[in-house]
Amino acid sequence: MDSSNVPEFTPKHGVPPRLRDYFTGASSFQRQLASVRKQTPFGQTPSRRKIPQCSPLQENIDPQKIAFLLHKQWTLYTLTPMYRFSYTNLKQYSTLLKCFLAAEKQKGLAVEMGEDFNFKVTFSTLSGMKGTHRDPAAFLIQIVSKSQQSSKNAEDKVVWTGWFCCVYGDSLLENVPDDFTCLPLFLANGAESNTALIGTWFQKTFDCRFTRLTISAFNLSWMAAMWTSCNMEHYGTATELLWSVPCSPQSLDISYAINPEDAKALWDGVHQTPEEITQEEVDLFIDCLCSHFHRHFKINLSATRLVCVSTSVASAHTDGKIKILCSKYLIGVLAFLTELAIFQIE
Amino acid sequence: MSTPEADLSLFIPIIQTNPLAWKMRQNASGFAPLNQKYGQNDKEEYNEGDALHRALEHIRTVKEKGAVEERHLQTVEDIAWKSGLAPEDIDTLLDVALSGPFAEAVKTRMLKCLIPATLIPESAVVRAFSRLCASNCSNNTKVLFFRWLIAMFDFIDGKEEMNSLYGFFFSFLQEETMSCYICNFLYLLTKRENVKPFRVRKLLEFQSKVGMQPYLQALLSLYRSFCPDLITISLPPKRKFYFKTTDSIWQAAVCIVKERNQKSPLPSVKLTIGTAYSHPQKKKWNSGCVIPMPTSSHVSKEEQDEEGDSSSLEVMLSGQKSFPLEQLHTFSQLLDNIQDVELPSQMCSVLKSAPLLHYLNCIQDETVWLRLSYWMSQELKEGCTWCKVSNYTSEEEFRKFLDIIISAQCFLQEGFPSSEVFLYKSLPLWDGISCRTEYLQLLSWIPLGNFSEIKPLLCDSLTQLFFTSSIYHKCSVLYSLKQLLENWLLWHAMKVSMKSTLSISADTPMIALNSVSELIYYVGWLSTIALRLEKNSSFLLHFILDFFEMVSDMYLNYNLPLVVIFPRGVFYPALLTSDSIALNRLCYIMYRYRVNLTASKENALIYQERLKFNKTYQEFNEYVTALVDCLWTSTSFEKDHYLYIDPQILEKTKIREYKKSLNLINHPALLPYSINFLLQVKGWPNEKELSLSSIQKKKWNWYLDYLLLEELHGLHLFMESSLDIADSASSAHTHPAHKTPKTCMSEPV
Repeated sequence: MDSSNVPEFTPKHGVPPRLRDYFTGASSFQRQLASVRKQTPFGQTPSRRKIPQCSPLQENIDPQKIAFLLHKQWTLYTLTPMYRFSYTNLKQYSTLLKCFLAAEKQKGLAVEMGEDFNFKVTFSTLSGMKGTHRDPAAFLIQIVSKSQQSSKNAEDKVVWTGWFCCVYGDSLLENVPDDFTCLPLFLANGAESNTALIGTWFQKTFDCRFTRLTISAFNLSWMAAMWTSCNMEHYGTATELLWSVPCSPQSLDISYAINPEDAKALWDGVHQTPEEITQEEVDLFIDCLCSHFHRHFKINLSATRLVCVSTSVASAHTDGKIKILCSKYLIGVLAFLTELAIFQIE
Repeated sequence: MSTPEADLSLFIPIIQTNPLAWKMRQNASGFAPLNQKYGQNDKEEYNEGDALHRALEHIRTVKEKGAVEERHLQTVEDIAWKSGLAPEDIDTLLDVALSGPFAEAVKTRMLKCLIPATLIPESAVVRAFSRLCASNCSNNTKVLFFRWLIAMFDFIDGKEEMNSLYGFFFSFLQEETMSCYICNFLYLLTKRENVKPFRVRKLLEFQSKVGMQPYLQALLSLYRSFCPDLITISLPPKRKFYFKTTDSIWQAAVCIVKERNQKSPLPSVKLTIGTAYSHPQKKKWNSGCVIPMPTSSHVSKEEQDEEGDSSSLEVMLSGQKSFPLEQLHTFSQLLDNIQDVELPSQMCSVLKSAPLLHYLNCIQDETVWLRLSYWMSQELKEGCTWCKVSNYTSEEEFRKFLDIIISAQCFLQEGFPSSEVFLYKSLPLWDGISCRTEYLQLLSWIPLGNFSEIKPLLCDSLTQLFFTSSIYHKCSVLYSLKQLLENWLLWHAMKVSMKSTLSISADTPMIALNSVSELIYYVGWLSTIALRLEKNSSFLLHFILDFFEMVSDMYLNYNLPLVVIFPRGVFYPALLTSDSIALNRLCYIMYRYRVNLTASKENALIYQERLKFNKTYQEFNEYVTALVDCLWTSTSFEKDHYLYIDPQILEKTKIREYKKSLNLINHPALLPYSINFLLQVKGWPNEKELSLSSIQKKKWNWYLDYLLLEELHGLHLFMESSLDIADSASSAHTHPAHKTPKTCMSEPV
């Protein structure tokens, strides 16, 4: 038996160690406290960011898998570090999770491990889906319902998909001991009830905590600027921004669609520092769009709230839903989302 | 299945918990000695033992069916229900009941009166069980035996041998009529090593036969908690009871017997499963402020290390010993199993379990606190109603959640780092009203750290809120700051006391000293302004004096080499108050300051820092002088005194004898006392009207005694300690104005 499994128990100590002693010095708590000191309560996100780039590691990803992740609407969650998660046990986890799902679906009936059901759960790693080598490997879970026909040709249907990833998560990683696996971003596609069950299982098994990741209007404007700045060979869709007017009984949405080339041209006019985007540039970009709108429709958009941004790179909604459209900037999009997720759990 | 339940009451007499009923029953039965006088207890017991012995002997030697004498059987029953049976008698009776040639009804009667006076020998149970397996007992007898086993499980003196027969007990599951009792019994008996794959399979087979039966679900979930890698089950959230209620008549009988034998009854068997799963899960799966019950880890380390399908079997064979958390409820259970306790799968569940908090307190594992910390900071952020991250939780829920965290902090006598961080982050957004009591309690658990670091995070927002809120808010903030100070002082005192055992850095005491004094200055500053804002409200003043009462005693009570005097903004309002209790407390605090200052003179550290302390002495002396000037010598308005007012202005007030207007007799806070005093000593010859100035000489001393009688102890203590009463015998008759203040002299530098 591994001795590290048993927490060290030291009856010799007359006085129990104080909680604070674990968090003294250079440990995580001090950093956490330091981060509070740095930040205002809402937290100041960095005022400049790099323009999303392709990661060299991205080449390792199976293009089929990338294609699978694109053009799907993902609901975003943040995840605190997972305790004692091990990549070598993915197969076992799939058995455990499958039986858990089966037991939950027929509440009250016990289920033997390894029993066969009309669905299966697969865990697979998404190698290459990372920003640096330090980032832990992303992995994908799928619930596949087996077709009733026994013939091999009958296709299995993917009912639910979810994946965990961490792209450029250095700020979180350096604080966390080895027992923990940091994959702060979780994306789910499929029935909410399945997400709930799987989330519950993860929370129980790896002592982590899922929270919905919502995107503030402030961060949406960053997304708008960052994604507009991306160089695209061809644009799939128009750049569209959605503003919500808070009025009762139903809120009113104002959709603002721009020709992507025009948006890029506007951005190039605003943008100055190479390889970097600054807060001022983002503000200016959005202000320009708003004043243009005001000139034509006499509606002051700055009094409303930005709720949705969609570009050819990706589209994001304030309630934490995202659709990634362009494989080239996949890593860039994920890096920003990881940053937001880390910010939320810290 | 329902028949054994129904006919129980036919044979078991109805027990009343009233002891009187017992006596009446004894008399009615005619078997008990007629004269039940107090002194004859011994004889009675002797007779009883004898009678029982004879009766059992008779029963044992019965050779054929129906030959048992009713008289003897009745004796056994009566004695059993009255005083219980000794272990060896239980052994005999149990053996006879299951093997003897008796009619069904007789066997039943025998089994029903198996009430232990102390304990049941395990060997008797094992023997009885082998009889049960060997002879062909009727189903009714078997059922009754198992029901008895369940009811008496806690009184069996050992479980090891019984456990070695686990397989035999298990095989009884096949008999459907008694399967619910067998499940209940197995639930009590099962240990981790009993859970084997083949048994799991058998149970699942049984499940497919009988369907969702609550008793089976309970057993299965116990199996799951021991071996989550073999089986899994999710229990429906609403159910609370999984087994039929245990035979309460038996339990009541045992209780009464124990009571009669003057032993405290053992705790009855509690089925843990009911509470563990009863909490409603209507909420969203990841909504905030839900604390799960402690459950064993689902994926053990062994599984992590081994790969392949055979792993689970190997885990089984390795016979890993561990104590399931589902069964950990008391401190003594923790002590018995402390080496085998596992950590829960979700660390947050420790918040609800006192034994687990104890356990965490004595293990050294950073990951434990980190797991708790990750969870808690998320939960607090999600739940916080004024930060409005999500709308999942109501204020009421959040309040309850904070309460749980606070009680865990009180239990550990320490604040959680995540709640500290939460406090700093959420304070600027706080409206000062939501969850005030709970939120401010979080504040009092901020760990003792560098105050200059805490100050910008805490004080800026707190000050703003403090000054703009109601007087009640001010008072509760001051109260929390007092709690905070107390916690810091206690931590410091503890650090000092364990300095010898643990090496702490040398600068820790200095940080503590600085932080404590800065906190006191901060509170002094808050108090000064608050008193002005609230027009010297005496309600507020009491909270402030509460704080400084603790401050005045820091040196002696908490061993902190520091004496910080309160600011003028607190002293003078308290001196000029019209509230006698506040004035009395002020005097008491001054008295405690003197005691502490005098004691601290011997302290080496203070001696080194005496330059700094000179200021403290000066401040103290100023206050003593001011106090004595006011209350005794009536010189407070004179030149060079702190309260100096231009005499011309004072003349304009047209107050006669304004000089004396703040002395012990005329002070607004004491005026009622002096008047009342005069009213009481009326009848003084030749006095037609009350004249305050008549309190002099002898009367003055009476007046002082009167003040003491009115519980103004602080005033009295101050007077005794700070007034020069060397010539007390003579000065008693002189005018009070002759007294001089005894100031606390600083050491010459």
